[in-house]
Amino acid sequence: MSVDAEDVRRAAKLARIAVKTEELEPLAAELNGILTWIEQLNEVDVEGVEPLTTPNVADARQRPDVVTDGNIQEKILMNAPETREGFFVVPKVVE
Amino acid sequence: MSAALREPEPKYISGAEGEWEVVIGMEVHAQVASEAKLFSGASTSFGAEPNANVSLVDAAMPGMLPVVNAFCVEQAVRTGLGIAARINLRSGFDRKNYFYPDLPQGYQISQFKTPVVGEGEVLVELEPGVARKVGVERIHLEQDAGKSIHDLDPESSFVDLNRSGVALMEIVSKPDMRSAEEAGAYLRKLRTILRYLGTSDGDMEKGNLRADVNVSVRRPGGPLGTRCEIKNVNSIRFVMQAVETEARRQIAILEDGGEIDQETRLFDPRKLETRAMRSKEEAQDYRYFPDPDLPPLVLTEAFVEGIRAGLPELPDAKTARLVAQYGVTDYDASVLAAERASADFFEEAAQGRDGKSVANWIINELFGRLNKEGLDLAASPISTAQIGGVVDLVAKGDISGKIAKDLFEILWTEGGDPAALVEARGMRQVTDEGAIEAAVDAVIAANPEKVEQAKAKPSLAGWFVGQAMKAMGGKANPQALNELVKRKLGVE
Repeated sequence: MSVDAEDVRRAAKLARIAVKTEELEPLAAELNGILTWIEQLNEVDVEGVEPLTTPNVADARQRPDVVTDGNIQEKILMNAPETREGFFVVPKVVE
Repeated sequence: MSAALREPEPKYISGAEGEWEVVIGMEVHAQVASEAKLFSGASTSFGAEPNANVSLVDAAMPGMLPVVNAFCVEQAVRTGLGIAARINLRSGFDRKNYFYPDLPQGYQISQFKTPVVGEGEVLVELEPGVARKVGVERIHLEQDAGKSIHDLDPESSFVDLNRSGVALMEIVSKPDMRSAEEAGAYLRKLRTILRYLGTSDGDMEKGNLRADVNVSVRRPGGPLGTRCEIKNVNSIRFVMQAVETEARRQIAILEDGGEIDQETRLFDPRKLETRAMRSKEEAQDYRYFPDPDLPPLVLTEAFVEGIRAGLPELPDAKTARLVAQYGVTDYDASVLAAERASADFFEEAAQGRDGKSVANWIINELFGRLNKEGLDLAASPISTAQIGGVVDLVAKGDISGKIAKDLFEILWTEGGDPAALVEARGMRQVTDEGAIEAAVDAVIAANPEKVEQAKAKPSLAGWFVGQAMKAMGGKANPQALNELVKRKLGVE
């Protein structure tokens, strides 16, 4: 698997990361290096092995349905650039 | 419900150039009736101050870890069992990545690869004996997003994260519906099942039940057409209107030689139109991957069987039992079983009485009146004992059907014991032949010319019945009065 400049542009856009046009090619080369390195994993035979999404399987805790948190509006809004009447205020977004 | 159920007849829409069939699938989001959120301990209560029901997990502060709410898992399984679905003992949570100001994580935690509930089925009765089986593809658990408000300021949007992280069950149907009526009836049935199970309150006004409706059209028997998804429809009536509106839009395009673009649309109930919602420039790419913060959701057979053992009687079973046990019609049974509370009300009132009469009084008089006044059954001023009392008085012949309605009115406005009211207000019907005869004789004596006419035209007997009834203040036993009038006039 390899990526080209167009794939990088698209990935950057989806991740909302600004990437200059002249950076696309070098980034593609770097990413291809990483991909080639990771592709070595394909050599391992994983036939019949369940995919592991977390090493923490033992800690499959569940919480009881009890309200234990919240009512910290001030803390929640503390880092927001702009707030009004308890709301976050962001540049207008309308679909 | 009767054993033999038919599929509905095909219902086509006539275009300018022949007939079209509409094909509908639905994704219903039902808010789980939990106290706390899916992955945090913040409250789910409605109407709180903005950003009050938010924990640091819901606000996606760095380092916060989600821990799943056991009750929410249980409700998803319960809902699955309520539609006879397969339960996946091993499922997982995935991240659905997109950016929007009311989604602080930058992704929604959902179940993409393996949902907790697999295939099931909802039987949607359209009329007595006619039902559509609608397949359910899956039910998965996911987080709700926050709420953006766009109309408080011309330059800014306001964001409230109170809903952020609230547990939703997304119930995905197969494209098995074929008309707006079926779509509406499916959503209604689903809501009934959720309420029976108690897994969601199904309150559409609060946004606790919303539907994304997939609509396409095709020539009868032809291949499936391209579908459009109508997002976030929040009432049963709007679902039906949206289907109708969108189907007509697509038919007009196709008959003009155009093509349908697969896209997401919004329904505007005021203008009765749908319009494209998202730019199609870049197709949605959610880059799903397993959430590394959450271990797989592993359930035991015993856990699932425990829930199954505690399931209540479900709407279809209840409808069938009401028919079998009380002799009510299929239609009445399904009206009564539409809400657990109305079925319970009926069963309490029907103890030791004729089920059909009790069903009649509840559906026609009580529900009719509650509806007119915009009241819930819970707010009914009339109790099961009072309804039962009215039915008993009619059954014993103490009051006529017409007087019973007057009695119902008194019970509604003033309350009281039906039998005592009948005594106290002299409403008991007169069955004493002598008294009725006297009244009939008086009418006959006063109207000799009508008596002559009635001999030629027996239907005039009704006029005499009316006059005599009026003279007796409506309290004559109607049957006895009828027979007496006919005998006296010598008509049949």
